[in-house]
Amino acid sequence: MITGYGPIQRTVRVWLPVLFFLFVALLPFYWMAITSVKPNSELYSMRANPLLVHAPTLKHYVDLLTTTSFMVWTWNTMIVAVISTAISLVLGIMLAYPLARINFPGTGLLAIAVASVYLVPQPLLFIPLADVINRLNLGNTLTSVILTYPTMLVPFCAWLLLGYFKTVPLELEEAARIDGATRFQTMRRIFLPLCTPGFISAGIFAFTLAQNEFLYALIFLTKSTVRTVPVGVISELIKGDVFYWGQLMAAALLGSIPVAIIYSFFVEHYVSGLTSGAVKG
Amino acid sequence: MAIRLEEFVGIAPRRRRPFTLGEWVDRGTVFSWLMMAPPILFILAFVGYPFCYGIFLSLEDRPVAHAGTFIGIGNFIKEAHDPVFWQVVRNTFVYTGVATLLKMVGGLGLALAMNQDFKFKNIIRALLLLPFIVPTVLSTVAFMWMLDPAFSVINRVLIEFGWPKPGPSWLGSPILAMCSIIAINTWRGLPFYGITLLAGLQTVPVELYEAATIDGASGWQRFRYVTLPILQPIILIVTLFSVIFTFADFQLVYVLTHGGPQNATALFATYAFDIAMGSGQLGLGAAVALAMLPALALLIVAITLYLRKKS
Repeated sequence: MITGYGPIQRTVRVWLPVLFFLFVALLPFYWMAITSVKPNSELYSMRANPLLVHAPTLKHYVDLLTTTSFMVWTWNTMIVAVISTAISLVLGIMLAYPLARINFPGTGLLAIAVASVYLVPQPLLFIPLADVINRLNLGNTLTSVILTYPTMLVPFCAWLLLGYFKTVPLELEEAARIDGATRFQTMRRIFLPLCTPGFISAGIFAFTLAQNEFLYALIFLTKSTVRTVPVGVISELIKGDVFYWGQLMAAALLGSIPVAIIYSFFVEHYVSGLTSGAVKG
Repeated sequence: MAIRLEEFVGIAPRRRRPFTLGEWVDRGTVFSWLMMAPPILFILAFVGYPFCYGIFLSLEDRPVAHAGTFIGIGNFIKEAHDPVFWQVVRNTFVYTGVATLLKMVGGLGLALAMNQDFKFKNIIRALLLLPFIVPTVLSTVAFMWMLDPAFSVINRVLIEFGWPKPGPSWLGSPILAMCSIIAINTWRGLPFYGITLLAGLQTVPVELYEAATIDGASGWQRFRYVTLPILQPIILIVTLFSVIFTFADFQLVYVLTHGGPQNATALFATYAFDIAMGSGQLGLGAAVALAMLPALALLIVAITLYLRKKS
């Protein structure tokens, strides 16, 4: 597309901006990684070159895994993210399928309502929700977050799936209906198996959102044994004014890995989910 | 042709079959509502009810673990006389406005940079999205370390280049702290803009650029009169989404500055949190959180109207 430039000029034009963005995006991760393998003597030395590591050590990782509850938090985060994603996908399908595939009065209005519920941010709800969770006696249980995460994930999944469902052609379902299948059979046997890519997109998104959630977990989970990774890291690895930076960076890196791995397998689904909302509308 | 039409269309007298539950459930409207009932009930219980209860709480003087007393709009009057509240309002608008602008411009730059032909494009795109994927709290901790008063790597590099010691106090001075949270929010949100706009750029037909070039348009003119108009709806919707989530941001500020120094970075969400969870005044906290509602409602209505127009 770009013509009239020499190869060197072209390389500069193309690669300079890309490398700049790449540098900015990855610098904090580099810093996490390099800090996590530096011995304390190097971390807090003003003489050593901070950008390099001279005597790498895994001490911070060993300490993190043996002296803190990091493993428990990771396990909790996984359980919470997996269950709340599963709940949200099922409820999201139940909401999106009729809205996308069946004509009945009020579909347009309901779809808009789903979108606006998704846009209600947590800070608007956390104070009353904290009271509700207290009254249900669910404080300090994983159930409290498993129940509340779907409040943001269900409308989100429903909205994403609604867009996806609308792109599937109607003929197969019509054929099944003519052959005498009930609506439920049509949906379960014919329609849903066609939509696996949509479920993967919505599932990955919901999973990363659940891993990322902080406010509800901070309020509802105050015991070390039930905490999730973000809350555990903030409340237990940062003690007053004392910062164990090596451990903190090891935790930040390890905590990011599950999401990064899942994301790397499904990056195309993730990107298509990310863009479908804005592009296809 | 003596075919009797009735036999085919079924006008001929039909035996009235008994009404069955299965048939009733299979009607479009009935099936739909039965299907949607569980998610709708769930949303009503865990979003609708807390929302209304929050409004009720904001009208009460409600210390934590005590019964509340109804005080009408007392909390809102208190709020209006609280200088910190107005500072929070200013902070939130500055934070949202500047961060959104930076993300929009930077995201557009990222999209344009990525919309060229080069090797390893898919891997680079995946890496560029990382800041958006990784849990905010964890990346913010990394930034906290990079901006640490004593060991900030940024300061050490600056000092290396001749900046007077000890270098800028990134989280200690009100203005720099605000700049820091804006920069980190931009770092995290930029890939979302970039990748979404990139998808939009890829829908621009090459013929349009060719036609513009033949007509003598410069690079800037092609961007201004071909690219931008086509991207405009995507920019609009991405911006509306991003504004909502920036406006109601909590994690980044809570972790990095806790609203300090001297409330210079306090946002609605962190201030409401401090009042409700720190001082235990649930009613006043709910009122502060609800103060976000007018601006949010306006944005939500804008988005929904837009989506409706589009569909």
